[in-house]
Amino acid sequence: MTIAFLPLIPLLGALFPPLAIKSGRNVCALVTLLPTVAALVLLLAAAPTVYAGGVVRAQYEWLPQFGLSYSIFIDGLGLFFAGMILGIGLLIIIYARYYLSPKDPMGRFYAYLLLFQGAMVGVVLSDNILLLATFWELTSLSSFLLIGYWRHLPGGRQGARMALVVTGGGGLLLLAGLLLLGRIAGSYELSEILQRGDMVRASPLYVPMLLLVLGGAFTKSAQFPFHFWLPHAMAAPTPVSAYLHSATMVKAGVFLLARLWPVLAGTEIWILIVSLVGLITMLVGAWIALFKDDLKAILAYSTVSHLGLMTMLLGFGTPMAAVAAVFHILNHATFKAALFMSVGIVDHEAGTRDIRRLGGLLYLMPITGTLALIAAGSMAGLPLLNGFLSKEMMLEEAAHAAYAGNAWIVPALATLGALLSVAYSARLAIKVYLGPVRSDYPHPPHDPPAGLWLPVAVLVAPVIAIGLLPALVATRVVSQTALAVIGGEPLPIFKLALWHGVTPALLMSILAFAGGLGAFVAWSALDRLRLSLPPPEAKRIFDATVSAAVTGSRAAIAALHTGSLPRYFAVIVGTILIVGIAGFASGSYSPGMRPMLPVNAPAFTVWAILIATCAVTIAAHGNRLLALILSSMVGLGVSLAFLQFSAPDLALTQISADVVTTILLLLALNLLPRTTPRETGHARKFRDGAIAGLAGLGIGGLAYAVMTTDLQSISSYHIAQSKPGGGGTNVVNVILVDFRGFDTFGEIIVLCIAALAIYALLESSLRGAAARRLASMRQGIEAADAHPLMLVVVTRVLLPLVLTVGVYIFLRGHNLPGGGFVAGLVVAIALLMQAIASGYEWAAMRRRINAHTMLALGVLAAGLTGLASFLFARPFLTSTFGYFHLPVIGEFELASAMAFDAGVFLTVVGTVLLSLSQIARVGARAERNPVPEGPSDIRFPQRADAAVSAAAPTYRQED
Amino acid sequence: MEILVASAIGFLTAAGIYLILRMHSFPVIIGLTFLSYAINLFLFAMGRLAIDRPPIIASGVEGYADPLPQALVLTAIVISFGMTALIVVLALRGFLETGSDRVDERPSPSDSGERYPS
Repeated sequence: MTIAFLPLIPLLGALFPPLAIKSGRNVCALVTLLPTVAALVLLLAAAPTVYAGGVVRAQYEWLPQFGLSYSIFIDGLGLFFAGMILGIGLLIIIYARYYLSPKDPMGRFYAYLLLFQGAMVGVVLSDNILLLATFWELTSLSSFLLIGYWRHLPGGRQGARMALVVTGGGGLLLLAGLLLLGRIAGSYELSEILQRGDMVRASPLYVPMLLLVLGGAFTKSAQFPFHFWLPHAMAAPTPVSAYLHSATMVKAGVFLLARLWPVLAGTEIWILIVSLVGLITMLVGAWIALFKDDLKAILAYSTVSHLGLMTMLLGFGTPMAAVAAVFHILNHATFKAALFMSVGIVDHEAGTRDIRRLGGLLYLMPITGTLALIAAGSMAGLPLLNGFLSKEMMLEEAAHAAYAGNAWIVPALATLGALLSVAYSARLAIKVYLGPVRSDYPHPPHDPPAGLWLPVAVLVAPVIAIGLLPALVATRVVSQTALAVIGGEPLPIFKLALWHGVTPALLMSILAFAGGLGAFVAWSALDRLRLSLPPPEAKRIFDATVSAAVTGSRAAIAALHTGSLPRYFAVIVGTILIVGIAGFASGSYSPGMRPMLPVNAPAFTVWAILIATCAVTIAAHGNRLLALILSSMVGLGVSLAFLQFSAPDLALTQISADVVTTILLLLALNLLPRTTPRETGHARKFRDGAIAGLAGLGIGGLAYAVMTTDLQSISSYHIAQSKPGGGGTNVVNVILVDFRGFDTFGEIIVLCIAALAIYALLESSLRGAAARRLASMRQGIEAADAHPLMLVVVTRVLLPLVLTVGVYIFLRGHNLPGGGFVAGLVVAIALLMQAIASGYEWAAMRRRINAHTMLALGVLAAGLTGLASFLFARPFLTSTFGYFHLPVIGEFELASAMAFDAGVFLTVVGTVLLSLSQIARVGARAERNPVPEGPSDIRFPQRADAAVSAAAPTYRQED
Repeated sequence: MEILVASAIGFLTAAGIYLILRMHSFPVIIGLTFLSYAINLFLFAMGRLAIDRPPIIASGVEGYADPLPQALVLTAIVISFGMTALIVVLALRGFLETGSDRVDERPSPSDSGERYPS
């Protein structure tokens, strides 16, 4: 099943060129060639099977519930396109090696190119249409990167954006269309859909589906009226234009039409739309190409025109026309890629690609000139070249095609298209390569190194070979490919030959030649005619649409993003309220039957204090210090509530977290204004009060409703398993470190991130505008004694005691209230007290492990404990425990969850210390107090100083 | 008892939301802590109230309070601390950069001061 790797080889190969460029440009090109060659070899290995009439497939499930599978199949059509993509890709890689200047970042170019190549191969080989849509979008994205490769050119950026908007938008249409198609056909596998053409065409959804799919195909293949993006995409480097815009990407739309031909084609609406759009595109493209002066623009519009031709042929809906389309796809890829590359050579060597500044190049660069003339001849449809053959077939088909009952309009317009094609080809050939040699080229032109012209020659070879010996060279490929296009129908008998006798097509061809040469001679007159016509509108409409979308989005953003936090919050809460009220109004509620607990006096007192505190806070929040104290009172009340309702762990955690939060807010308040200005506007207050009141009522009511109904809980499992499974009697702690250890692991990582964000936010505030404001801040009246002796002594004495308590709480946590979270908070408070007493700098100098290390150790300890269970082939974070016996201490328990809890402990300590010390550090900057030499401002006698420094011998500067 | 807890949750929520809707950063922060208290209590109350039944396995005990909401709330308390700290520092940094602690306006370009090189 190696063919499954076909699209993946270039996609993965895209990783290497940017690395290989360090070893030189040749190595880089080689590294890019390898995946292409590998994919090509793999593809060709499948060719014998395909040409024996078989289909090679590989399938892997991807998202079966959505019908998306990674399925690849190679039939005649896929082989044909993939061969073209990889084969021409090979030439382009060689060509680009010599085309790109040393200044261009080649690694990036090749990476994009391979990305595109892989995506394109994926498009043409996908069996699953959703997979196809995925690759399709990937081609849009990678071609965006390639077109905008020269980032410094505004034209490149604009062209890339336009291509992305048009083809990406088309991709969305296509996705919708393919989803519909899959729904109609009952399968997303192409090989099944292709069998169900009648069912699809009979469906009432056929027309909308067809329109959506055609939208995708027409935008990709630059069909009128979406043709305008292709010429703008010519800002890309020439190898990109040669690859994407002649042979591959723009053909994706045509490919899609061919791929889905057995399912979609043949209906009246198909013929009406597809052949008409193709015909118009063919004429419009050719007409514009005739008057362009930039060689690449000529080729771009010519490509538009030829794509129109192929679309028109597929639109005829007859098997013979499909054969002609396939044949022309092949021929066009060869001569157009050759022409693009030779234009690149001209640009490279002569320094311009403006047709008005060129001429006589055949004599100066004979190799390139000859090759380009042959390719241009094929584009014009000269006999003995391959372009002639497929154009004859096209005219033959057109001669028999009737459009909406009219028998002559299609043949006439097709002849006109051929005529214009002859005219612009002649102009290109004669004005650039023939005529007198000039003396005013920007660079003296001469033939380039073989690396540039050899790829052109390789492409011109089939132009001649097919042109001379079509039956021998091309019949096999064309018939196998066409067989795949037309699906189940028998292949019409056709003969690829130079001479079919005097047929209508031959007469039309002769007419086109004579007329085309006439048009070339009368070019100036035609140009005046063109100038008198209204200019094409498509790009203007596109620009206007885009700018209208931008203006509209800006206005919407400006209206929604007012920058007012209260407003956003009001909208959010308001929305929740509306949804909640709607739910409440439409549902039914009956009061719960669960018996309530009796109210006791202490509980009622705490409740009354809580309510009063809330009221006072709202009334007096202007005084920020008061608000802060009231808020910590609420915290105290909440922890009492936890204690009352059998949650000792929560009470412990709440009270220690409260202490830390209060210190934190105090430190911050030190740097913020002390009061909040009184707000005016009663309407606003009333509105906010109403929102807040309703929300409070809702939440309170909800809580009441839940609490009075009976509980079905999964907790009985945790309670039952706590001791036998987790080895601890404190169920809450066992849940944290064992049953739901993965959650806890995530939570300590969140803490870690918060701490690091705080560090980064404040660290950078020590520079710039914030630092100047800090420096100018004088903090009112300061305490005369910044480091009071009593506090210093008490905190120093308390430190070992609190640390012991911390260790105790930590160790008993598995069986009794406590654990890593609480212990971490307690220890952090003890350390913070030192900083509060003696100043931040003083404390930081004496801390041996800095907070960053602590955070890292904490997360690592928890993570490694989890990983250790892999060693015993158990899932992540499986815990184990055992009982050990030590002399003196006696029997004790050791659980692996303890190591995990130690990680939690370290993270909590690290988070608290890092955030608070960082705020304190910023605060110290504002106060500009000198760092005390001793623990207190009071000078100690000399001996005491020595004792202090002996007690803390390591002086480390934290950062 | 349930009525007391439910009404306390309601009042805390209302006070929290009212304060968050103010126009300066500090009341918003205080409001957030109020709201956190309310939410933690609310989550805790989802396990129903029980007196003298701590979820600590011991022989001879009949029933236990629901330990699962307690475990959730325990981490929520610590996370609320981390979140409050982050918000405080954001407010502080904003105030230091712009000289204003209002949360209801777009900072004008002249307010933002000089950009330091990043």
